[in-house]
Formats: sequence, C-alpha cells, structure tokens
Amino acid sequence: MKGARKAHATRATAVVGHPVRRKDGLDKVTGAARYIDDLVLPGLLYGTTIRSTISRGEIASVHLDFDTTGFTIVSARDIPGKNVVSLIEADQPSLADGRVEHVGEAILLLAHADKERLLDVRVSIDYRPAAPVVEPELSPTTFKEITIAKGDLGRGFAEADLVVEGEYRTGHQEHLYIETNGVLAVPGDGGITVHGSLQCPYYVHRALCELLSLPERKVRVIQTETGGGFGGKEDYPSVLAGHAALLALKSGRPVKMVYDRAEDMLATTKRHPAIVRHRTGVTRDGHLTAIDIEVLLDGGAYVTLSPVVLSRGLLHATGPYRCDHVRVHGRVVKTNTPPNGAFRGFGAPQTQFAAEVHMDRIGEQLGLDPIQVRERNALRPGDTMATGQRIEANGGALRVLREAARRTRFRQRRRALRGTDRGLGVALFFHGAGFTGSGEVKLRSKATLELTRRGVRVGVTATEIGQGARTVLAQIVATALGIPYEHVEMPPADTSLAPDSGPTVASRTTMIVGRLLELAARDLKRRLRGRTPAESWRAHGPISVTKEYTPPPGLTWDEEQYVGDAYGTWAWACDVAEVELDRDTGIVRPLRITSVADIGRVIHPVMARGQMEGGTAQAVGYALTEEVVMRDGRMANAQLTNYLIPTTADTPEIDVVFVERPYRNGAFGAKGVGELPMDGGAPAIVNALRSLGADVRAVPATPERVLDALSKG
Amino acid sequence: MRTAISRLSLVEPRSLRHALRLMRDEAGLVPLAGCTDLYVALNDGALRATRFLNLWPIEELRVIEPRGPVLFIGALATYSSLIRSADVRRRLPMLVSAAREVGGRQVQNRGTLGGNIANGSPAGDTLPVLAAAEATVVLGSATGTRRVPFTAFYKGYRTTVMRADELILGIEVPEVEGRQWFCKVGTRGAQAISKVVMAAVRAPHPRVALGSVAPTVVRVPKTEAALTGGASVDEARTILMSEIAPIDDIRSTAAYRRHVAGVLLGRFWEQTAAGRPVY
Amino acid sequence: MRFTLNGRTVDVRAHPMKRLLDVLREDCHLTGTKEGCGEGECGACTVLVDGEAVNACLVPFAQVRGARVTTIEGLRGRRRLQEAFVEHGGAQCGICTPGMIVAAAALGRRPNLDDIKTGLAGNLCRCTGYSGIYRAIEAAAVPLRPARRRGARGKRR
Repeated sequence: MKGARKAHATRATAVVGHPVRRKDGLDKVTGAARYIDDLVLPGLLYGTTIRSTISRGEIASVHLDFDTTGFTIVSARDIPGKNVVSLIEADQPSLADGRVEHVGEAILLLAHADKERLLDVRVSIDYRPAAPVVEPELSPTTFKEITIAKGDLGRGFAEADLVVEGEYRTGHQEHLYIETNGVLAVPGDGGITVHGSLQCPYYVHRALCELLSLPERKVRVIQTETGGGFGGKEDYPSVLAGHAALLALKSGRPVKMVYDRAEDMLATTKRHPAIVRHRTGVTRDGHLTAIDIEVLLDGGAYVTLSPVVLSRGLLHATGPYRCDHVRVHGRVVKTNTPPNGAFRGFGAPQTQFAAEVHMDRIGEQLGLDPIQVRERNALRPGDTMATGQRIEANGGALRVLREAARRTRFRQRRRALRGTDRGLGVALFFHGAGFTGSGEVKLRSKATLELTRRGVRVGVTATEIGQGARTVLAQIVATALGIPYEHVEMPPADTSLAPDSGPTVASRTTMIVGRLLELAARDLKRRLRGRTPAESWRAHGPISVTKEYTPPPGLTWDEEQYVGDAYGTWAWACDVAEVELDRDTGIVRPLRITSVADIGRVIHPVMARGQMEGGTAQAVGYALTEEVVMRDGRMANAQLTNYLIPTTADTPEIDVVFVERPYRNGAFGAKGVGELPMDGGAPAIVNALRSLGADVRAVPATPERVLDALSKG
Repeated sequence: MRTAISRLSLVEPRSLRHALRLMRDEAGLVPLAGCTDLYVALNDGALRATRFLNLWPIEELRVIEPRGPVLFIGALATYSSLIRSADVRRRLPMLVSAAREVGGRQVQNRGTLGGNIANGSPAGDTLPVLAAAEATVVLGSATGTRRVPFTAFYKGYRTTVMRADELILGIEVPEVEGRQWFCKVGTRGAQAISKVVMAAVRAPHPRVALGSVAPTVVRVPKTEAALTGGASVDEARTILMSEIAPIDDIRSTAAYRRHVAGVLLGRFWEQTAAGRPVY
Repeated sequence: MRFTLNGRTVDVRAHPMKRLLDVLREDCHLTGTKEGCGEGECGACTVLVDGEAVNACLVPFAQVRGARVTTIEGLRGRRRLQEAFVEHGGAQCGICTPGMIVAAAALGRRPNLDDIKTGLAGNLCRCTGYSGIYRAIEAAAVPLRPARRRGARGKRR
C-alpha cells in the first residue's frame, strides 16, 4: 500500500493528498541549502546595531569611543526617506531620533569589513531617563480598542442560573526559530536588493521604499532559505532590512547583518502577554446564556501588528461555542518593552487559553464533565458566532470533540487515572483561516503561472519557511494542470519576479494562495487545449496566467460594527492531553497529546501532520516552560540556557488525527493548518492539571506556579 | 558583546610539567579544556582574560583509575567518560547520574570534571556529588602537588582556594560506604540548569550536599547531625530549610528552592531506606 | 594546522581560539554546519570529532589538531538516514537538520526510541515536535527489505 502510494506520487499528476517528496528536502538534509548567513559577496561589510540600554528616555549625547577608520556609521540623520518602519501605523522609527521607548531600540548602525573590529567598538550614550510603563494595566496609552457585541447581555445574564467569573493570564513567548534574523543588502543601479530570512517579501519591500525614498522598481527583496518563522519573521525583517539597506547605501557595499541569539531575543518581537477576564451566565443544565469577556494585551513600545492581533484574539475569545448574548471587549496598550508582534496564533492562543480553562471551571461548578459541558455548547452547523457568522453545513466543533473523546476514551481514562498523579485534560478550539474580515479583499493577492519548456514555473511571493509551501503549492498546480509534480518549478520568492501574493501568515498560504494557483492552473489547462506544456511551448512559446483574489460569493464584513464573516472559514480541533504531575516539586511531564483536527482537505499528509506536531510542541513550551523574565522592560533570560523550549525529553508523544471536511473555496478543499495547533496545547495541559487539583490560571505553568496552585487547592 | 577572538592567544604546553611551569611563569594565564563554559563567557564578553593555556591534549589528565584506597579521576575526564567508566559506575554511581544530567550529549563529550570544579558555579551538577563523597581535589603546581578536601575548596561565589599557579590535576574519591543518591530539579527534562541539585549518602553518618541553594555547593552539617542523631526526616527537613540560603533569580525563587530541597531530603531518605534498590 | 576533514587531510591557517564552527564555515567554506545559539544549547552546529558528536561552537580550532572532523557534507554512507528525514517529515525549516542528522548518525545504526530521545536531547528543533525526526531515524534503522529480512532473522533464531 505504502509502496503503491509512493510509486503513484513520483510521476503521476494527481498528487494532492499524497506525500510527495518535498522540494527542498534533499538540500536541507545534505547541508547544501543556503541560508542568509551562508552567503558572502566580494567587498562584503558586516553590520551591527548600537541599542538603547534603558527602557524610556531622551538621548542626551552619543560618543564614539573607538577608532572609526574603515567604519560606515548610520544614524537617524542619514535616513533618506521617512524614519519609520512602515506597517500599520507610522509610529516606530527605524532608528531612534532623540528618544527611546524600549530597551534594545536601535540608535546607531555600524558596518565594517572585519567582523572582529565590530566587536571592539565602544559607544557611550548619555540618557535623560524617564519612568517607563511596564505594567499594561497601568498604561495610559491605548493602541486599539475593539468591541464585538451580539444580543442583549442583560437578558442573557437574567436567563442564567449561575454566573461564573475568572481571570486568566498568559506571558510573553519567544519564537525561537533556530535561525536568528538576518539579511544581506546589496546596493546597485541607484537602488537596493535585500536578501533575507523572512516571511513577507512585500512587507519588506514597502518598508524599504518608504525608508529609503525609492520607487518600487528600485527595491528588490528576495527570500533566502528561512530557518523558521512562526510569525517572528513577519514584521521584524522590515526593521532589520531597513538597517542593512541604510548601511549598504551609505557605504556603497553589500552589508550583511545576522543577529546573534542574545540580540535576537533581546531586540525582536514576542507574543503579546494577555490578561483575560470572563463572566459567563449559564443554566443549570449547562447551556451558555451570556458571555462577557474583557481582554487586555500588552503591545510593547510600538503599534507594529497589535491592532490585528487584538482583532484575531477577540474573534476567538469565546471559544467555539454558541451563545445568543455576547460582549467581547478588548484593548491593546503601550508599555516600554520591545514591541510585541506576530506569533503563530496571533492573539488566539491567549484568548482561547482563557476560554478553555474557564469552560472546565463552568463544568466543575455544574457537575458536568469536560466533554459534556463542551458538547452542550459546541458550535454546530447553522449556529451563529459572536459576529453573526453562520457555521457552514459541514462545519462546527462537535465532530472533532466527539472523535477526540472516542479516540482517547476520555471518560474511562479519566476514571482510571483518578487518585493517581496523572491527569487528563481537553481543549476544544478553532482558528479562522486567512486574513481577518475584509483583509483578503484589501490584500488582493496575485499568483502567476508561466509555461516553461517542460512544465510550469510558479510566480508567488508565498514563502517556504519550513511548513512546506513550496511542495504543497506545487502539488496543487500539478494536480490542477495534470502534469507531473516534478515539472512544477518553485523559484525563491522574489519581488522582482513574482507578484504580491500576500504575506505568508495567518494560515492562508495553502487555502488562499493555493486556491489562486489552482484557478490559474485550470485556466492554463484550458488554454493548452489538451497539449502538454512541452508541446504547447514548442508550438506557441511562453504563456502566462495571473489570478487575483476575489472573495467567495456571500462573504460580508462590517469593519466598524465587527459584524459578518470574520473569516472565510474556520479550522476546528480538539486536544486531549495526559500529564504526570510531581505534587511535591510541581514539575509537570506531558505524556501524550491527541489532536483531532478538521483542516479541510489534507494536501500533504506528512507535512500537515508535521504542522500539527510542531505547533503542539510549541504550545507545550508555552504551557509549561517558556517564560520570558522581564526586568524593567528588559528580557533578563535572553539565553537558550535560561529560556527553555522543549527538548526531546519534554515533548510528549503527539497523536494527530485529521477529520477532513473540505472547504469549497480553498485549494482542493483545504483550509489553514499552521496556527491551529498553537491554540489548544496550553489549555489542554492546564485542564489536565485541574483534574489533579491544581487550579492554575496562568501560563507558563512553571513548577513554582503549579506548586502555588496546589498549596491553595 | 562577544569577545573578539583576535585579541586572545592560546598557549600550547608540551607536557603537564610544561603546563605547570607556564602557569608559574605567567600571571593571568587561564587554563581551558572542554571549553563548554568558556565560549559562553566569551559570548557575553564576561571574561577579562586574554591568554589561555590549552590543557585538552594532556592525556595523563584523562585517567580514571583506582589508586590504592581511592578512585582517581583526572581533571580532563569528560562527562561521557565518567558515564562509560566501569570504575565510576561501581564506586560512585551518583557521579554517573550527575554526568548524565549535564547538557546534551555534545556537551557531555567535551565538558570535563575539572572544568565543572574550576568553573565553580553553585549549580554545577557534579559538585554536590564530590561534596557528599568527601572527595579530595588534587592540585598541581611547578613546586609540587597538594590535596584540598573538596568541602574546603570554595571560599565563596566562584572563588576557590587555588593559587594562581595551580592546576586541578584530578580528584580522589575514597570508598563511599552507604547508599548513594542523586537528584537534580530543573524546569526542563534535559539540558536544564538546576534549581536545586542534591547528592547524598545514606550511612551511619548520612551526608547531604546541595547545589543552587547558596553561593557555593554546600554540605549541611546540622541536617546531617540531626539525621545521625536519629531525628525524623520531618525534623531534619525543617533544619535543612533553615540551614540553606537560596535566592530569587531568573531560574527560580528562594521559596521554591527551599521547599524542593526539603522534598529531596525526604525522597533521599525514603528511597535509600534499607531494602530499596537505588542503583 | 593539519586535521582530517570529511576524510581528507587539510591544512588550514586560522586563529587557534577561533571556534571550529567558524573555521568550517569561513575558512573551509562548509556552510552546512549552522549556528543556532553559540552557547552549546541547540546542537545546530553538531559535527563529529574523532567520531564523537560535539558542538562546533564550543571547540577552539586548536583542539582539532590531528583529529578527524566530519560535517554534514562528509557524512558518507548515511544517505538512507538523510533520505528518511526527507520522507518522514524529519526536516521542515531545515536549520537544525544538519546538526540533527550528524547527532543521529553518532547514535549508531539501530538506536531504539529511548536512545534517540536521550541522544538528541542536545539538539533543539522548533518545527517538528521531534516526532518526524524519530520516525525518520527509526525508519532508517529498519533493514532494507523488511519482509525478507524478518523471515531470515526468524530462521536464524
């Protein structure tokens, strides 16, 4: 069977659903793949950044206490365009000009041909410090405020037999891609080319045009092989690319900047910490009558992507449950820490942690087990969500919940574990695929297919960041066009060669970009009129087809009222975690996590599973060990020795089951998968701890916190 | 900021005797071996030294062998060689347990016992073992060798009784009578720096040593005396928790460390009770 | 200074305190060995020195004098292991992959799951949750033709 599948995959054309060999596989396992730090050019300079050591204040003076011969030095005064990192708001300077708002803020850039010389530079900066804001609850500055409302909250609470309240907290999380941020900027032709480890070439492109005051055609951004992203290379590369480009333009030489680990941890974005308060009305038989949620996100010093992180967080805040009377209100505020930014899940892991722990507490108060209380309230086809979005006929959370309960024999297992140090916890969750609301319409993503002598070349700026985009998109094209997978060429993402197919974020690549390619391929197939690409090429030469995103019919969104279809579709999943607790030390060992997921049609089973496993492992770290220790706005544990991501010894066995319910507007029925697994691991683990008597309301559930919870229980 | 390598120099001794002469003749020369701590310090720019002495090639410092009543372990014995050594496994199994807890396999292959001692971190995994085993540190210099009881080796946080011209040649471990016990508590299952680490020996006079609860690895004489005198383990635990002086830091809290030290004492006592197999 | 690199004797001039990692990448132009942390935690720079896995970010160049150094580029005879990483999802972003494969190669030909977990505890991967890596190493450890071999072994017993 397996052999047959493989043989099928190597030459045949209908490869969607089959584990074809990944396009970048061989280069990655032989060490031939070239990442940013592997590139050198003649005349190359190395760049470094002088950063603020205080979290807020004015810069009084800057002194260069070293021999500056041979150095290129760039300050805010050298910026030819606008001194901003262009994203949502124009509030973040590329280089601090007179004042700093966080530790690690870039003040000065230096470049030299000799790396060693850069290690010897001494720059002293005098500051007039101001009192920093480090507690989000005390912040006077709100970056964004959103309310989602449905029904009549007063009526909902009046219908309730019981009101359950709770406050839940989540901490910062560091992406910890194993390859740190890095770029290489090459000046030439009155413009700049930037190669880099990044997720969103056109974000960087736009930021460079504004910073350097260059027309679009003078800026080129090329993605190099990228050693992990997780959102950490969504917004930050625009900062770093700008720095390298400034040095390159001033020196007239190529400049490479690759952060070391400490710098990457100190200066780049993290997941937003959150404080989430729930007040829920519920009937005695366990039906939700009113949901009132208050969310506070810590945005850090600048806006970056905070408004959209808040938006996604709020849209996921109720969890996948039905309720007629809902109010979700949230704010993201400024603090004087490095800006928080995009991170797999994008606000949803924070709010769904709260929702799912709260759901267990509701069950406890009603005497319902965790499956029962969820079954009563899980969204079903035809139900409406907080924004009024209607659940599709094949959608909803019930099926994954039941399958997870069945597969893990949840109730029996929980009974069997009673009285032991092992606990079982569940989390039911969902994740909206693609950009929020009208985001995809505004993006107007494009994808191109060009005929080659042998097959086709794909023109997209969707990036391969390990998730398998290169392979999956090629599978979609091969299948839709009816040509061998090997004949689909996937060049690196390059803004000079491919149109803007949107950022590689939001679990959108397979579903949205894949769909554009599917449509382009079907179009091209019609134009081939039964000929193979080679035959057509010989007869007619090159043909190219470009498709632009148009929203599926029937989708509506009101940005002002937060009413309508928040996402084209939702992926659904249920995690069951079994953990072992050492009651004396508070140490938790996750033993097994079963993850049942509906991600629509699975395009590549091995890689889809890899997304679920890897995301779940990242959620295990979020749940238990990954703690950013902030002291006065500075990450105090910016070393891998002290910021602890899961090793082989900390990662549980992960059992992944796909329930494939195709989405009609996704490529071959696919929805998004990338972020989904990040949402469920933490609440499932914490709920397993609840079953052992540890009332934990915050992650990471460090041994200290767990012990504390046990002593109160 | 990272230390620039070009400003550093490395001196290559021809032999142990030569190394000792170099240590005598040049102030500020810092010996290095497995470098598993050294490069971390260089990354932080935390080392002022610029001249280093490469001990790695000195084979005679790798020896692990019984010498009369003691087991000699050369300073350059790596964690992996401790784990592999039949002599260490037989005579000092708690050292094998400790060595397995150090970093990943790559660090175990390179890091040395002498380095762990010289680095003197209060969290050093092997150090409580040496304290509980009443090991002796053998120090060499151009003028001869001297022996210092391991429990008298540290004067304070990362400071030792070593003279500037001395090298650690190895340690001598006497026959350890009684059941040996080791446990490290950290947040992560592997490669964790300890929050509390304990090594102990169950003998008529029990010996208990802890790391990460004071500026140096410590023995806890009052706790040991209580156990010797027949106090209950609960009483001993109370004494222990007042006898140690842990601190809050980025890895844990003083309260947690104090509590867990008490837990470990209880586990040691329970798990080494007569008739229970330990190793 | 002379040492054996991927089976060939080489003579490289570099500062004795330069990290082996930098010598390999900059002086020998072998960029398959990656830097993830520079503090011996992540294992992305794993190479073999005299057959033992080490972190090349923690080894001064002087200490490989006369030694046999093997990097991902010189990992001969382990193609099966490498192929298995491709097939079973052992590599995603690929940055930990060379170090992971070199460390896995040092585990011998037939490691069991416990050996793998212990042996790779010094190699961090942020993409896979390690599951795909285990599957790859276990698959590579299985004899070439499972059915026939199993039969043969049965007879021998």
